[in-house]
Amino acid sequence: MSALPSASRRDFLRQCLTGAVALGASRMPEAQQAALTAKSRVVVAHDPLLRGTGSTVDASRIQSLLDRAMLARFNRDRTVDTPLAAWRRLVRPGDRVGLKVNTLGGRGIASNLELVEAICERLQQAGIKTGDIVVWDRDSQEMERAGFKLSIGGDRVQCFGSDRVDYEDDLAAYGSVGSRLSKILTRYTNVLINIPVLKDHDGAGVTIALKNMYGVIHNPNKYHPNGCDPYVADLNMLPEIRTRMRLTICDATTAMYEGGPAFKPEHSWKCNGLLVSSDPVALDATGWRMIERKRAEKGLKTLEAEQRSPRYIVTAADREHRLGNCDPSCIEVVEINAEV
Amino acid sequence: MLRELVRSQGERLPTNRSPRAPLDRRSFLMCALASGTALGELAVPACASPSALSSQSGQQTQNDEQFVVEAKFYEKLPNKKIKCKLCPRECNVGDKERGYCGVRENRGGIYHSLVHSRVCAAHVDPIEKKPLFHYLPGTVAFSIATAGCNVNCKFCQNWDISQSRPEQIPADYAPPQRIAALARQFNCPTIAFTYSEPVVFSEFLMDTADAGHQAGVRSIVVSNGYIQQDALRQAYGKMDAVKIDLKSFSESYYAKVVTGQLKPVLDTLVTLRKMGKWTEIVYLVVPTLNDSDAEFRGLAQWVKANLGTDVPLHFTQFHPEYLLKNLPITPVPTLERAKAIADAEGLHFVYIGNVPGHPAQNTYCPQCRKMLVERVGFTASTLLIRKDGSCPFCRHLIPGIWHA
Repeated sequence: MSALPSASRRDFLRQCLTGAVALGASRMPEAQQAALTAKSRVVVAHDPLLRGTGSTVDASRIQSLLDRAMLARFNRDRTVDTPLAAWRRLVRPGDRVGLKVNTLGGRGIASNLELVEAICERLQQAGIKTGDIVVWDRDSQEMERAGFKLSIGGDRVQCFGSDRVDYEDDLAAYGSVGSRLSKILTRYTNVLINIPVLKDHDGAGVTIALKNMYGVIHNPNKYHPNGCDPYVADLNMLPEIRTRMRLTICDATTAMYEGGPAFKPEHSWKCNGLLVSSDPVALDATGWRMIERKRAEKGLKTLEAEQRSPRYIVTAADREHRLGNCDPSCIEVVEINAEV
Repeated sequence: MLRELVRSQGERLPTNRSPRAPLDRRSFLMCALASGTALGELAVPACASPSALSSQSGQQTQNDEQFVVEAKFYEKLPNKKIKCKLCPRECNVGDKERGYCGVRENRGGIYHSLVHSRVCAAHVDPIEKKPLFHYLPGTVAFSIATAGCNVNCKFCQNWDISQSRPEQIPADYAPPQRIAALARQFNCPTIAFTYSEPVVFSEFLMDTADAGHQAGVRSIVVSNGYIQQDALRQAYGKMDAVKIDLKSFSESYYAKVVTGQLKPVLDTLVTLRKMGKWTEIVYLVVPTLNDSDAEFRGLAQWVKANLGTDVPLHFTQFHPEYLLKNLPITPVPTLERAKAIADAEGLHFVYIGNVPGHPAQNTYCPQCRKMLVERVGFTASTLLIRKDGSCPFCRHLIPGIWHA
C-alpha cells in the first residue's frame, strides 16, 4: 500500500493538463513564452568610453559591456552569476551557431567587428567549436566592404555570404511571404544569434532585429511595399527562422536616426551601446523609441508624422503572430552602464 | 514531356533548362536533343543554352559590373534618392537599395539596370508558344530573358527567375548584336523578350530590338503590360508585336494575386492599339479567383469597346504552381464557357490555350466560319490564309501579320 495520498481522477487529469502546458511552454521560443507570461526583458547597455579617445571601438571595453549585458539579460532567476553561465544557457556544445550580421551600410553602419569577435570568443568558451560558428550576411562583397575577412572551411570561424552557398530550391511560405531561404541558415546552423544595427529606414521606419531577417531570403525587394507590413512579421514566422532564433544583440555603437538604410554620417550618432534581448519585438520597440528620442532631440518629426511608423513591429506582436511584446507595459527595460 | 512544354502561364521556360543549373557542353547537347524530339515538327534547333550565347563558349561570365548601365526611366530626388518611372509602382529607392523588381539599383543617386545583356534563359521557341497566333504562324522566335519582375503573381511558373535577383541566377554576357546574330543563325525571324518580365529589362530590350532590326530580325514581347506610358511608348514602340497577359478584369485580384493594378494594364492595351502595334491578349483562368461569368463578360465588353472585335483573346488553362498550389487545373468546360461568353459579345478570335488538341486552338474565318489555321500543339500545321491576309474561301480580310 502506498503511504502517499491518492489523487482523485479529477486531480490527476488537472495535474496532467498543467504538466502538459508547462512542457509545451518549455519548448516554445522564449519570446513567445514571454508574450504569454512575463515581461520581456531588454537590456540597454551603454559605455561612454567605448571608443576611448579614438574613433574605433575598444575591443576590451566592448567585451566587458557585452558580458555585463548578457549577465543582466540572464540573471533573472539568479542562477546565472557569470557571463559564461549566461552563454551556457544559450548554447550547448555541438550547436552550430549562426551570427547574422548586417553589412548593407558598409563600414559606417555595419555590425561591429570587435563586437562579433567578442561574441565568438564567448561562444567558444561556452563549448562551441570554432568551425561551428558562422558569421554571415546576404552578400560576401558587402561583408568585405564592412571590414569582415571572408573565411570558408577549416577550423576557423566561418565568415561568408549567402552568395557562396546559394538558397534552398524550395519555397518557405507564411502569409504574405514566399521565399527561398539561405542555405547558411538551413544547413549550417541550428542556433541563430541576430546581430543587427540600430538605424532609420526610409521605407520601413526603422530596421533593427526583425527586419534584419530580410538578409536571410532571396527576394527581400518584394517585401518593401506598405512599410514592410506585414511582410517582416510573416517572414519571422517561418519555422526555419523561428525555431533557431535564440537571442538578439543589437549593435548600437553607431546608430542612425534619419536617412537609412545607407550610411549617412550627418544623421548618425555615437550611441556607444548594445541592446540585448531574447524577444526581437520588444527589442525593436525599445530601439524604435530610442530613435524617436534622438529625432526629437534633433528637431525632426516623429516617424508617425512622416507616415513611416514601423507598423510591422505592432503586427509582429498581434494575435496572429505573437512573436513577442511591443506594449511598453509588457517590456522591462534594464539600463546598465559600464564601469568608468 | 509534351504536357510540360505546352503549359503557358505567362510563358513557361522549357523544363529541360533549369535557370539555377548552368549547362555544361554535354547537358547542352542533351537539352537540344530532347527539345528537338519534343518539338520535332519544327525541324530547327529547339534550344540554345546561355553557354551558347557567350562568345567564349562554355565559360561562365559572371562579372556583375559588365551588366550595369544607367537606367532610362527615373527621376532624381534629394538626398541621393530616386523615383523609378518605369512601371506604375514608382518605387522610391534610397541609396544602395533596389526597386521592387530586384534588378535596378540606386548607386549614389544614380539609378542602374543590373541586367543589360545578362541573359539567364535562351531558347528557340515556336511563336505559337508565346502565344501569338496571328503573327508569322509556323515560325520560331529566339526567346530570351533576364532575371526580375515588377509584380509577384502567386501562380508564376517561372518564379525561379522572375522573382530572383540577377546574382542568384547563372547568366551569360550576351550583348544585343550577339543576340541578333544568334537569331539569324537559328533562322528565327523574331527575337522574343519573354519568360520573366521584359518591362524590367527595358534598356536591354530597346538596344536588342535596334540591333535586331539592323540585322533584319523583328522583335516581339511577352509582357504583363504593367508599365508607365512614356516608357511604354519608347520601349514597346520598338516592338513589332506584343502579347499582354491581362491577368484578371478586377482590381482586387490584381492587388491580392498579382501585387499590381489593373488600370495601368488596360491603359497599356489602349495605347498599343493607338500605336498600331499588333497585340494579342492572354487571360489565365484561375479556378474560383477570376472565372465568373460577369468577369468574362466585362472583359469581353471592354475589349470590344476599347480595342475592337479583331483582337485575339486567349483563355488559357491554369496549373498549380508557386504560391497557388491549392487550386486545381482549370476545367476545360470553364474555358469553353469563357470563350462562349466572349464569342457572344462579338469578339472574332477567341482561343483556348494550354489544352492540346482543342478545336478552339484553330483560327476560323469570322465570315464564312471555315478553318484557316490548324494548330497541333505549338505548331501551325495548316496555314490557308492568302499572302494578302485574306480568307481563301470568302476573301474576308483576316487581321494579323501572316507572312514574313
